Amino acid sequence: MNKNKEKNFWFRLKKDFGKNGSLYLLMIPVLAYFVLFCYLPMYGIIISFKDYSPRLGVFGSEWVGFKHFIEFINSPSFLPLIINTLRISIVTLCIGFPAPIILALLLNEVKSVKLGKVIQNCTYVPHFISLVVVCSIIRMFTADTGIIGSFYNAITGNTGNMLNDASTFIPIYALSNIWQECGWGAIIYLAALTGIDQSLYEAAEIDGAGKWRKVINITIPSILPTIIIMLIMRMGRMMNVGYEKILLLENSMTKEVSDVLSIYNYRRGLVLQQWSYSSAVGLFNTTINLLMVFMANRISRKVNNTSLW
Amino acid sequence: MFARPKFLVLYERGNNMKTLLIRKKQKGKLQKESLGERIFDFFNVVFLIAISIIAVYPLWHVFCASFSDATAIMGKSGAILYPFSGDGSLAMNIDAYKKAFSHPLILTSYWNSILITGVATTINIILTALCAYVLSRKGMMLKKFFTVVITLTMFFGSEMIPRYIVYTKILNLYDSMWVLILPGAINVYNMIVMRTNFESIPESLFESARIDGAGHIKTLYRIVLPLSKPIIAVMVLYYAVAHWNDWFDASIFLQDRNKFPLQLVLREILIQNDTASMNGASDVEGLSETIKYATMIIATVPILCVYPYLQKYFTKGVMVGAVKG
Repeated sequence: MNKNKEKNFWFRLKKDFGKNGSLYLLMIPVLAYFVLFCYLPMYGIIISFKDYSPRLGVFGSEWVGFKHFIEFINSPSFLPLIINTLRISIVTLCIGFPAPIILALLLNEVKSVKLGKVIQNCTYVPHFISLVVVCSIIRMFTADTGIIGSFYNAITGNTGNMLNDASTFIPIYALSNIWQECGWGAIIYLAALTGIDQSLYEAAEIDGAGKWRKVINITIPSILPTIIIMLIMRMGRMMNVGYEKILLLENSMTKEVSDVLSIYNYRRGLVLQQWSYSSAVGLFNTTINLLMVFMANRISRKVNNTSLW
Repeated sequence: MFARPKFLVLYERGNNMKTLLIRKKQKGKLQKESLGERIFDFFNVVFLIAISIIAVYPLWHVFCASFSDATAIMGKSGAILYPFSGDGSLAMNIDAYKKAFSHPLILTSYWNSILITGVATTINIILTALCAYVLSRKGMMLKKFFTVVITLTMFFGSEMIPRYIVYTKILNLYDSMWVLILPGAINVYNMIVMRTNFESIPESLFESARIDGAGHIKTLYRIVLPLSKPIIAVMVLYYAVAHWNDWFDASIFLQDRNKFPLQLVLREILIQNDTASMNGASDVEGLSETIKYATMIIATVPILCVYPYLQKYFTKGVMVGAVKG
């Protein structure tokens, strides 16, 4: 029975190759790309369970099981890394997540089409500027001679660059994130706003609802599913603080707050060349990220029937 | 699990402020606006204009500083509203640009960036279109399998270290420009958007093409791509900006300074020079402040030039997405 089925499958596949052969042919370069550049590195993750040495190669190195994971969890830097990662993540989430929603709601109230478009396009601009340029602008502005830095120093009586101070590092990181991504992030909420049935507003107006009431009772509930989906995705990235921006902003004075998992991973791997150990750190991080997505998704499905898939 | 994410559709639709506002106009006026609402509207607009100014000001600051007098800029700590000369009056000074463009490293890296962005974006578009086309065709037996295989890469397989090992040790791409071009040739999100777009093309067009004896490549080239110009323009923007702005991959995979892209050189000039933590790069030390500003503008201008031009397509590409969504 089983054998028959299998034969049937191969037979059908052969027939399909005959019929859609040129489609399969077109797929070859695409599949080659995915195998070489996505699945091969995925397979390379096995080095986290081995003692990788460049001489023996990925396949020849010796298996060591969970040695590197245990070493990482028992290392003294484990807890500070987790705390730093969570701290940066939570701060950026708390002030960065509502910002595009508020911007979208305010843009929604603008009456003039032209003005709305101009404002929208202005707020997009920072999204397209490269991170290197953005970070050097941040460095210049927050230096003791820069616009923000000199103002801050005049108020607080501090001296020196704001970025050299661990206490101002995270606010600068989070606020500059808002500056760069708020406008672009608002797009999705604006989209959700276009989908609201206008007759709801008319009905509310007939009932005598003012602007505020309409926002509270119609607008916000209507875009709530979008907000939740975005929140789930954001929660999934909770332990995933990118290394690029921190690499460009950090210095030796901010290490106590700016050393996050991805930076540790980068430094242990690419700088100190502890390949297997850092690969294990990375895998640990990815696993937690995935678990977070699944968890957030499950919770939101239970609570209000919205989920990613 | 692998259905097309809903937020993608929304994402496309949201670019289109127009639909939002047209709908608003149709709404008609049932109520006269109260004084409170008018005051709110006024402050709302003022606030949003302030936000827009904050969004673009830093770039304007850098722009003005790059055209200003090199010594005058040193002592300035406040806002810069226009390019100025030594006595504070409005003046355009292009010395910084002359110096920046005569710097050999900046020049070669600029050319490298153009080359990488051009080649990589071309490959991106070809492969993404191929993949999207095949997955948008009906009746292929392994279509579902391919879709799962491809979508899985969105969740796994972007680990930094295994990627580094595999690319350098197995694929032998260390210190080759291809390492900035080939990985990431297909962005799965972009591919899904494109596929949805292709699926919205009427089936009858494909049928008539088949009757006329056109193969798949010809159909893709003659029918699908011309009909999808707007979405392709948007994809070109996304891919090109990503390649143009990338510095990290170049910093870990490249060693030969003559292959460096602009962003990496920019990082040395702007950031590492600043922290004085690097050695072996004496050729970028001692550049004056204005040259830093000038290189920042040089690096940003191509994007700002292309963006308004592609924006025309932007709204159109978005409209197509909206109909489908």
